[in-house]
Amino acid sequence: MLWQRSGMKLEALERGAPARIISVDWSAIAPEEGKRLRALGIDRGTQITIAHRGIFGGKDPLAIVIGRMTIAIRRVHAAAMSVEPL
Amino acid sequence: MNAPVIARLRKAALVGNPNAGKSALFNALTGARQKIANYPGVTVERKAGRLMMPDGVPVELIDLPGSYSFDATSPDEEVTRALVHGEFAGEVQPDVMVLVLDAANLEQHLVFAQEVIELGRPTVVALNMVDLAQRDGLTLDPDALGEALGVPVVPTVAVRRKGLTELIAAIAVAEANFEADSSAHPRPHLTLPERRLAARNIAKAAILSVSATRQFHTGLDKILLHPWLGPPILFALLFVIFQAVFAWATPFADALEGVAGWLSDMVMVILPAGLFRDFLTEGVIAGVGSVVVFLPQIIILFAFILVMEATGYMARAAFIMDRMMAGVGLSGRSFIPLLSSFACAIPGIMATRSIADPKDRLTTILIAPLMTCSARLPVYGVVIAAVIPNVKVWGAVGLQGLVLFALYVAGIVGAMVVALVLRRSVTAGQASGFIMELPRYQMPRLRDLAIGLWQRAWVFLRRAGTIIFAATVVLWLLLTFPKAGPGESQLDASFAGHVASGLHVAFAPIGFNREMTLALVPAMAAREVAVASLATTYAVDSDDELQTEQALRDQITARWSLPTALAFLAWFVFAPQCLSTIAVARRETNGWKWPAFMLAYLFALAYVFAGITFWSATALGL
Ligand SMILES: Nc1nc2c(ncn2[C@@H]2O[C@H](COP(=O)(O)OP(=O)(O)OP(=O)(O)O)[C@@H](O)[C@H]2O)c(=O)[nH]1
Ligand SMILES: [Mg+2]
Repeated sequence: MLWQRSGMKLEALERGAPARIISVDWSAIAPEEGKRLRALGIDRGTQITIAHRGIFGGKDPLAIVIGRMTIAIRRVHAAAMSVEPL
Repeated sequence: MNAPVIARLRKAALVGNPNAGKSALFNALTGARQKIANYPGVTVERKAGRLMMPDGVPVELIDLPGSYSFDATSPDEEVTRALVHGEFAGEVQPDVMVLVLDAANLEQHLVFAQEVIELGRPTVVALNMVDLAQRDGLTLDPDALGEALGVPVVPTVAVRRKGLTELIAAIAVAEANFEADSSAHPRPHLTLPERRLAARNIAKAAILSVSATRQFHTGLDKILLHPWLGPPILFALLFVIFQAVFAWATPFADALEGVAGWLSDMVMVILPAGLFRDFLTEGVIAGVGSVVVFLPQIIILFAFILVMEATGYMARAAFIMDRMMAGVGLSGRSFIPLLSSFACAIPGIMATRSIADPKDRLTTILIAPLMTCSARLPVYGVVIAAVIPNVKVWGAVGLQGLVLFALYVAGIVGAMVVALVLRRSVTAGQASGFIMELPRYQMPRLRDLAIGLWQRAWVFLRRAGTIIFAATVVLWLLLTFPKAGPGESQLDASFAGHVASGLHVAFAPIGFNREMTLALVPAMAAREVAVASLATTYAVDSDDELQTEQALRDQITARWSLPTALAFLAWFVFAPQCLSTIAVARRETNGWKWPAFMLAYLFALAYVFAGITFWSATALGL
């Protein structure tokens, strides 16, 4: 399906559903933070799952799982990433 | 040995991702006691130690902050980058790199590992945490890993001192080879995606088997990071800590107080009346003793903090607090330095080096002194015990613990409001994000906890024996001379009394009495001194011996009104009375501008809030 190919925002991904990052809009993320995210392996092609989202019903922050690692990020970061569910 | 004079010690540096176990390895190899804890960003500066090699020649071993890449994003990463590249002021480039990898997260750690190996320095890999890899069902092949990386690999378990001999031997070999051929061999540089791909392949080749084991920590996180359960659990935990600080410490504190009383009695019996006896009973035992009795409370507080740090819960607390911190323009990353500041603002301010954004970092430094450090505990403790009745409210909650909790909350709320204001004025800037690795949970090791507690207890006692002792002795001298004439009170006659009367003009409006005002002066050195000086002042001021021996608590109960006592507590929520904090703030902000600002705004807040507390308590008829 086309809408899946063009991808959905990571932000909208269901908790626990595996996905792959197909593009990241780095211009929407502060340069230093982009650097840190890439150093942690968050980039195009990375397989990713959302493990936890927000507290008290809010949407910030997110805990994502990459490989054997859990990383906390903010919603603004997730909003800049497009993923395709696997 | 008649070896020619060695120009300098050989040098090896521990490098790797944050939380790989570098400091644990450093401690195991050098016998040092650097702080280790289960969250990324514990070490923020370089530390050197000596590693004895098998041939009897020591090597200088350097522990470095963890780093995800040489493209540094935070001040602590910059330390590592500069030192490893030989650009650190006053430090030559290390001869050997000891690359520490987390065996249970190889794919990630191998990315930075390649960057280190590309430097072309002799490198030895410590494949650390193989016990955790095992727990997670991974079987690894160190030789295959060594083959793929082109450097020797030694499996280690730093915290159980496993693999150390082999690691030292490997370092010795690398060092010897380097001496034989001292030109570096830089390797081709890869791009980040290339490194990542290589890391994946190398990890795949090194992992022999993965057996599906129940991942313990995902289960725990389901509860502790649950959107509705997680925050109440965190707040309940903090609440329990402050209840415990009072409830559990009481028998031990009473015992210590008993010892102080007994000592005082002994001195009274043994020594003839005179200046020296007064010095011992009024200055040393009453003054310093009144601080030392808080040792049990300090230990209980630190026990909780250390357990939170060792288990990995600290990073979860940061996750939970991120939303609230974002509300005032900070991030969860600031939460860990702030929580460390509950122990002491000095390591807290140091820990801000792991914050990438400079404005964020500055704001965190400026509000760190608002977190209730353990030095305030004696002040709060003695005043609360004196004026707040030891009763239970709502069934099981101790009122004294509740008031203590309220003081901590006051500090936190104050910090949040100040951060909000600062982020809109002096440290205005783009709100920064929150990116942090959440470490795996671990059982705390008793030995590490015991060592950690012993270190904190020792620091506390050493302060009591040095800075607090010195300040108390000076104050005692100023209180004792000149001697009062007949019919005159000693406090009125003394030099300190005159100073206090002068200062008191400024503090009378907010309800402070003369002794409190006097106590604030030496307490500039450290907050606990306030307690010691009150105790000494009352001991000197007492007419008879029985009164001299009365615990400070009883003196306060007898002499202070409730509004006055509450105003004193409110003062200490804000007042920046700690020379070391000011010094470290100066160092970390490179100048006097920000520490001066910090002093000014905190004293202003202290004065205003002590005043508001006093006036409203008086108006309420308390
Ligand atoms: N199970 C296990 N735990 C370890 C081992 N080595 C270190 N740890 C634990 O891992 C955590 C991190 O250790 P540190 O030595 O502080 O890590 P670091 O690399 O110095 O971290 P930073 O200073 O933040 O860069 C601590 O809780 C240690 O107790 C190991 O071999 N096995
Ligand atoms: Mg360390």
